[in-house]
Amino acid sequence: MKLILHVWRQKNPAQAGRMVRYEANDVNPDMSMVELLDVVNEELILKSEEPIAFEHDCREGICGSCGFMINGIAHGPEAATTVCQLSMRHFKDGDELYIEPWRAKAFPIIKDLVVDRSAFDRIIEAGGYISVPTGSAPDGNVILVPKDASDRAMDAAACIGCGACVAACPNASAALFTGAKIAHLGLLPQGQPERHQRALSMVRQFNAEQFGSCTNIGECEAVCPKEIKLEVIARMNRDFIHASLS
Amino acid sequence: MSVVSAGVAPFYSSTVGKKAVMAVSGCVLFLFVLGHLAGNLQIYEGPEKLDNYSRLLHSMPALLWGARITLLVMVALHIWSSIQLAVRNYEARPTGYVRKKAAGSSYASRTMYWSGPIILAFVIYHLLDFTFGTVNPAFQVGNVYANVVASFQLPLVSGFYILAMVLLCMHLYHGLWSMFQSLGFHRATTLKRGAAVVAILIAAGNISIPVSVMAGLVK
Ligand code: SF4
Ligand code: FES
Repeated sequence: MKLILHVWRQKNPAQAGRMVRYEANDVNPDMSMVELLDVVNEELILKSEEPIAFEHDCREGICGSCGFMINGIAHGPEAATTVCQLSMRHFKDGDELYIEPWRAKAFPIIKDLVVDRSAFDRIIEAGGYISVPTGSAPDGNVILVPKDASDRAMDAAACIGCGACVAACPNASAALFTGAKIAHLGLLPQGQPERHQRALSMVRQFNAEQFGSCTNIGECEAVCPKEIKLEVIARMNRDFIHASLS
Repeated sequence: MSVVSAGVAPFYSSTVGKKAVMAVSGCVLFLFVLGHLAGNLQIYEGPEKLDNYSRLLHSMPALLWGARITLLVMVALHIWSSIQLAVRNYEARPTGYVRKKAAGSSYASRTMYWSGPIILAFVIYHLLDFTFGTVNPAFQVGNVYANVVASFQLPLVSGFYILAMVLLCMHLYHGLWSMFQSLGFHRATTLKRGAAVVAILIAAGNISIPVSVMAGLVK
């Protein structure tokens, strides 16, 4: 099948970018979106043109490296799917795809579809961990975790840090990501001692990175490849309000 | 973990804190809208009842002014926080997308920046019409019933009122469930349904008044 691609090309952070049209004439419906870009890039390389830069690593939807907008939706039209897992059979012969990088002040473009997401790393550094004394491993089952808490913590921990939530949010807010990290640890007994300090530190960092605020509209939840729910944002709000005002 | 200080100032300067302020002020304003509707509906019990109700409120100046000042403060907080957040959110995405589709948000939630200011303009007009009487040539102090009927007989006035109530309905639909979320309580489906029902009932109750006047049922 044949697809028309309009891809954002930008040499470096300083230069202005633009959409460039490419034709992919021999698309195998079984390939993924990322493999499609590989094929397009091979042709570009043969023509001695600069290949399209994009991030990818596991290609299994688990690492969070890949991600861009396809026709205005982060990670494309399929729910709960990263672009590396998005198969071409979801498109029709002759479809036009507009492919753009995540857009946010906090995610500056490095090149083409690659953006700098180190703001997320700094949010994690601010409190996305628990402090434990080093030494021998603790005995199993010393700390009991209720089933419900472990399930919900696991759901929140599924966040792969891809940044689609920021990209989809009209306010470029990192609330879903930050909320997922705060909820993941705050639901577990091991996360309790630092629970409120964590909310303060991580929200402060999320604000310092110039992400926007959450307006509770739910665009993030709709595009998140790991189906993180708005509930984690409510938890973040609750922990932060509690920590601030008590 | 390095210790970050808590307290009111860092709280209000955070995005979460400002949303909490919007939620609490919005909640007070919602309660006012509810009470105001309850008062308004007495119009169906005739001129005496409504005018007496107004006289009753005016006979308690401390309560009346207490309520008015509280509402003004809440309006100021609600608007000021929303402006600060709107500026921040605008700056958070300096370059927009060539293509952008909404994938999961409601129309009401995406148009809060429009419904809010239009409702504010309406409230100002509404006060000039029914409280100060400046824009109502037939205005008589204390004759609430007669004033309402005189104004709503004008299709333009009724039309603006109805439009404002439709926008209020949308604003409340998103605002009502959103305030729970902002304060940390999450029951998405139940809250959204509840918010829709309450918002529609409030708008319908208010809209019934100009409709009844124009239909000649209240005169
Ligand atoms: S919350 Fe979802 S969309 Fe956001 S970074 Fe995590 S996995 Fe990606
Ligand atoms: S490449 Fe790892 S999630 Fe897509």
